[in-house]
Amino acid sequence: MSENKKVKTKANNSNGLPRKRFYRARAHSNPLSDSHFPVPIAPSHVDYSLHYPHYFHPDTTTDDNGVSTFIPCKTRSKKIQFADIGCGFGGLLISLSTLFPETLMIGMEIRDKVTEYVKERILALREANPGQYQNASVVRTNSMKYIPNYFEKGQLSKMFFLFPDPHFKEKNHRRRVISPHLLDEYAYTLQVGGIIYTITDVEELGEWMKDCLEDHPLFEAISKEEFAADPVVKLLSSATEEGQKVARNDGQTFTAVYRRISLVATDLGIHEV
Amino acid sequence: MEETMIEEGESNREGGGGEVSPALIAVHPLEKSVAVAIGSELRVFDLIEDCSSSLVDGSGGPLHSDSIRAICFGANGRLFASAGDDKLVKVWTTNPWQCVRTVIAEKRVSAVAISHDGLFVSFADKFGVVWVTGTDGDHEIKEKASPIFGHYCSIITSLEFSPDGRFIVSADRDFKIRVTVFPKNPFSGAHEIQSFCLGHTEFVSCLSFVCTQEHPQGFLLSGSGDSTVRLWDVTAGSLLDTCEVGSKAGLSECDGEEENVYSAITDICTSADGSVVAVGIQSLHGVVLLSCDLSARTLSVIKVVSMGETFVPTSLGMSSSAERLWMVTGASNLPVCPSFTHVRVISGLKKCGSDSSDHEPAVVEENEIPGGIKLLEKLQGSGSNAKEDDLLAVAEAVKAAMRNQLIKRQYSVEKRELRKKRRNDRKIKR
Ligand SMILES: C[S@@+](CC[C@H](N)C(=O)[O-])C[C@H]1O[C@@H](n2cnc3c(N)ncnc32)[C@H](O)[C@@H]1O
Repeated sequence: MSENKKVKTKANNSNGLPRKRFYRARAHSNPLSDSHFPVPIAPSHVDYSLHYPHYFHPDTTTDDNGVSTFIPCKTRSKKIQFADIGCGFGGLLISLSTLFPETLMIGMEIRDKVTEYVKERILALREANPGQYQNASVVRTNSMKYIPNYFEKGQLSKMFFLFPDPHFKEKNHRRRVISPHLLDEYAYTLQVGGIIYTITDVEELGEWMKDCLEDHPLFEAISKEEFAADPVVKLLSSATEEGQKVARNDGQTFTAVYRRISLVATDLGIHEV
Repeated sequence: MEETMIEEGESNREGGGGEVSPALIAVHPLEKSVAVAIGSELRVFDLIEDCSSSLVDGSGGPLHSDSIRAICFGANGRLFASAGDDKLVKVWTTNPWQCVRTVIAEKRVSAVAISHDGLFVSFADKFGVVWVTGTDGDHEIKEKASPIFGHYCSIITSLEFSPDGRFIVSADRDFKIRVTVFPKNPFSGAHEIQSFCLGHTEFVSCLSFVCTQEHPQGFLLSGSGDSTVRLWDVTAGSLLDTCEVGSKAGLSECDGEEENVYSAITDICTSADGSVVAVGIQSLHGVVLLSCDLSARTLSVIKVVSMGETFVPTSLGMSSSAERLWMVTGASNLPVCPSFTHVRVISGLKKCGSDSSDHEPAVVEENEIPGGIKLLEKLQGSGSNAKEDDLLAVAEAVKAAMRNQLIKRQYSVEKRELRKKRRNDRKIKR
């Protein structure tokens, strides 16, 4: 309910960045409830020009009456490659945006006000730093239902799940963003060799995510060396708002980083009976 | 608490009593028998013996006690499956008709399919989870099914195996069709998604495969609440053609009170090679016949067959030779009468695509239907002498039930808050 109230002064006067307290929202959303936001029919219907105007012109035609219609785009010069699922206030995107300046990335967030905050935050950064942050954007959606509407098969090279909601009760485990069935969809969306990053401060959830990934035939843990060498790993615990909170409280974190692998045809389904 | 877990369609059950559930029909691939499901009742007529079949339950499991939501024959007709709101999935042999296995599902079941080799029965529950069970008697996991994949919290409306057995295809109320590789041993899950077929702009209501010798992998047809039938290449997940069946059949897209109400496609039934595609659509008293040209990859309307009476089919069935189209209209738990079923048959389908136009598709007279009056008495049961009004009431009730279940309501913010409050009230009372 508090969600409906404050929408007015968003910018902080000193630096032009939006202030988080105006975007405070309910702590948790029920991912199972029905959607009240638009969902693209298919990945070709995602309007890249809205997200990345620096890279894409509007995909529309305007008829004689001045009514413009969106043209689904079949061939794009560039596609989104990183997805931050449940991106919260967007800290990770902001860090990744400058670390991978040529890679398009998107945050997916179910809470309306939080999504608005991230949008404003990115716009303000683009304004303050000409030429930068053009590759990052955010969308309000339920990632548990609509990932295939945004990304084609094998489109993503990295997916992030940082400090997801724990849903402690056993009967609510099905609401967790990492689950055996949802991993099938993530595997579909990730290219072979793509990496899935997860981190949490809840030990039980950390175990759960690791077990789900370990048991899945399309994922394997990355090696220790790779883990140590990957610059992104360091961001997991430091870049996001949630991560910083945990760090301030000297909390422990549990990380699982897995690679999307392909199945040999003969392997199909012959994992244990 | 459970309430909050459940999607709108699910939570909208009015207290007590069952929901209106449409009558279903299935035809043995060699037209050896015809089955009709109405409410919890399964009726079978044996066309070889020319008598009604009595169903024997050798599985020791309970009988269906609530609406049957899905029935199907296996590819060679040896097996049959039925499943529904009572959470039971029953697997039958058809010669003789005997239930050989009863699986108790965790949730209500919305769709069922038998793999073409007859080894597996797959079914979907109302939470969008797809399960598999073996039909082979010696399996340890006899009364149990294993979850193999899921559509996150969506209602799955239809399940089909691809003709070559490589894929299992599932359609849902969120406009999605998912194509999943069906593994040799499916019990440890079907993790590899081949494609998503995305393009429908409303719930997907039905699926059907067509294939020819040149295209043994087959192509998929899907019908939707958006009033279209679409043709897909499932391997690539690409849309090949869209047929605006609703507007081609002359059905208006407005029904006065609410704007933009499309007539939903209710069922698709195809001859194996796609030369005949029969489509049922809400509000149409008859069927639309399409032809599917697999080389050109196109779908086109050949004919609208009108029934000349009030008859909006709720389900369609055809043998593989597609001599005849079997149709049923009816529903259980109706406000006017407890249940109601009408069966009609159309013949001459095959000829209608070809040049010889001397045989037009026509509704078969009651006494010329295979099995004749005896068959009608069995499949329609009592209460078949319904009046025009009743038939209209059936069509309306079925339409409303489908809408309730599959269309997402757009709640205003206030209404949503009110609904939430009510939910909380209920919680407190317990
Ligand atoms: C605990 S926060 C973590 C946010 C961020 N990753 C961080 O580390 O600061 C979890 C976020 O996931 C979002 N979320 C939960 N379920 C979601 C869903 N199904 N789709 C999209 N976002 C979701 C929540 O709204 C919330 O902002």
